[in-house]
Amino acid sequence: DDKLLSEPLSHPDFFNVKELFSLKDLFDARVHLGHKKGCRHRFMEPYIFGCRLDQDIIDLDQTMQHLQLALNFTAHIAYRKGIILFISRKRQFCHLIESTARECGEYAHTRYWQGGLLTNAHIQFGPGVRLPDLLIFLNSLNNVFEPHVAIRDAAKMNIPTVGVVDTNCNPCLITYPIPGNDDSPTAMELYCKLFRMTIIRAKDKRRQSEVFSELR
Amino acid sequence: LRLIYTTTPVQIKNVGASGPEKYTEEFIKKQIEEFNLGKRHLANMMGEDPETFTQEDIDRAVAYLFPSGLFDKQARPMMKHPTEIFPEQRKIQWGEDGRPFHFLFYTGKQSYYSLMHETYEKLLNVQKYQDQLAAQDHLPQKEKKNLAGSRWLTKIELEEMLLEKLSDDDYSRFIQLLEKLMALTCVDMEEEHIQKFSKEVPVQLKKVVIEPLKYDERGVAFSTGEGTRKTAKATVVVYDNGTGKITVNGIDILHYFPVLQDREQLLFPFQFLDRVGKHDMVCTVSGGGRSAQAGAIRLASAKALRSFVTEKEVEFMRQAGLLTVDPRVKERKKPGQEGARRKFTWKKR
Repeated sequence: DDKLLSEPLSHPDFFNVKELFSLKDLFDARVHLGHKKGCRHRFMEPYIFGCRLDQDIIDLDQTMQHLQLALNFTAHIAYRKGIILFISRKRQFCHLIESTARECGEYAHTRYWQGGLLTNAHIQFGPGVRLPDLLIFLNSLNNVFEPHVAIRDAAKMNIPTVGVVDTNCNPCLITYPIPGNDDSPTAMELYCKLFRMTIIRAKDKRRQSEVFSELR
Repeated sequence: LRLIYTTTPVQIKNVGASGPEKYTEEFIKKQIEEFNLGKRHLANMMGEDPETFTQEDIDRAVAYLFPSGLFDKQARPMMKHPTEIFPEQRKIQWGEDGRPFHFLFYTGKQSYYSLMHETYEKLLNVQKYQDQLAAQDHLPQKEKKNLAGSRWLTKIELEEMLLEKLSDDDYSRFIQLLEKLMALTCVDMEEEHIQKFSKEVPVQLKKVVIEPLKYDERGVAFSTGEGTRKTAKATVVVYDNGTGKITVNGIDILHYFPVLQDREQLLFPFQFLDRVGKHDMVCTVSGGGRSAQAGAIRLASAKALRSFVTEKEVEFMRQAGLLTVDPRVKERKKPGQEGARRKFTWKKR
């Protein structure tokens, strides 16, 4: 059992997440498109490649690195049977994200966030709740274009976060930010596909390793 | 459990803030086993067959063995199936390893949001199907369905269905989604899902049914009517081909109602329809006083005469006030006053 858990940690890319996406896929899904120059957040400037006709272009090389780190992290969490919660406050993609979460066997929250969900969980849900071990933000802002409350709450509760940050978002409190577009349908479908594949892959690998260790 | 590095006072359980205690699946199963065992013991005690011991038998046995004079029925000893005692809502929603069962558990209102998710999915499917048909130009025409035959579930009914508290906003959003779904042309494929949330409204009959004439052994047409006025109740049988003879409780009206005013009241419906000497009437009346009994018989005879007369004349009768029940009753006396309205004499000092 100990070997099961410590073995993936020794490899840099145990689940081989690099092969799931390529630069061309990201470009075709229009992940590099950001918002206009006026909407730019100060802390996103390192991730921005340039500006054309007032529209920011996100640096896809950095996006590749961040995406690889984030997918690797989610795969490890899924391998160790952690609870993953997908969060997005965009009404357009609410259905897509909920179906993705259902197919993975993980959880989603694309509705109005009640204040004490993470911080006041023992009273809201009951004693003995298990909080999520990873939050994945497919849309970092809420409907009023402010940073989602869950980012701050996760930081308070020591829960790691993975988030897609657009040019108008604040990447500060997110542990594994992924600079990229969060408004196009193609980009969202790509992210959902990638997360779904990593989680399913990690879970399958876990089941295989358990079967092997039982056989021995 | 997640280890949070805080000082001990913060971890004190706020007993009042969390809702009623939650319980696990196994607890419920154990309770059901205990209940079944207890049912058999009870049957043995009462000397009846344990196999065919129903819930009513249990209630009777418990009421016999533990007689209680408490007024509140719910405070008396009772033995019911655990699913009725422990409400479904308070079951713990996660398994042994801590993972919740439902994928929308962390939203708080899991059943409501999963319902919205499913309904929206159905909406998308219908739209896709419609687009496919439109591409091939096979769109069927929209047929107008029954407008006033059904209504959506109310908020309370929906709350009962989902076992969760809803806000007015949530409820209105759900209804809007259902309306949007109904507005599409190809809705028929999702009919069963929608029918779970609609209820039949029986069309209220506005028209009062006028009973047809009945014929007795001699071949004379008659009809009955009932009327009330201020505690007096009257039943009247009006016969056709008569001479205008009226009998009340077996007594002729001249002897029963010595006062002219009461007899005028009795004759008013006939006078209004110009049928003064054409009908016979046999009445039974009880309760009330002299004037109240007269008014009751008047209403009853007007109701009976509706069967003899055209619809237009019925409308005339209604407008004349012959068919309306007089709602005036004796007003109650209030404390601190002499009567219903009269106050005690006011003395200046």
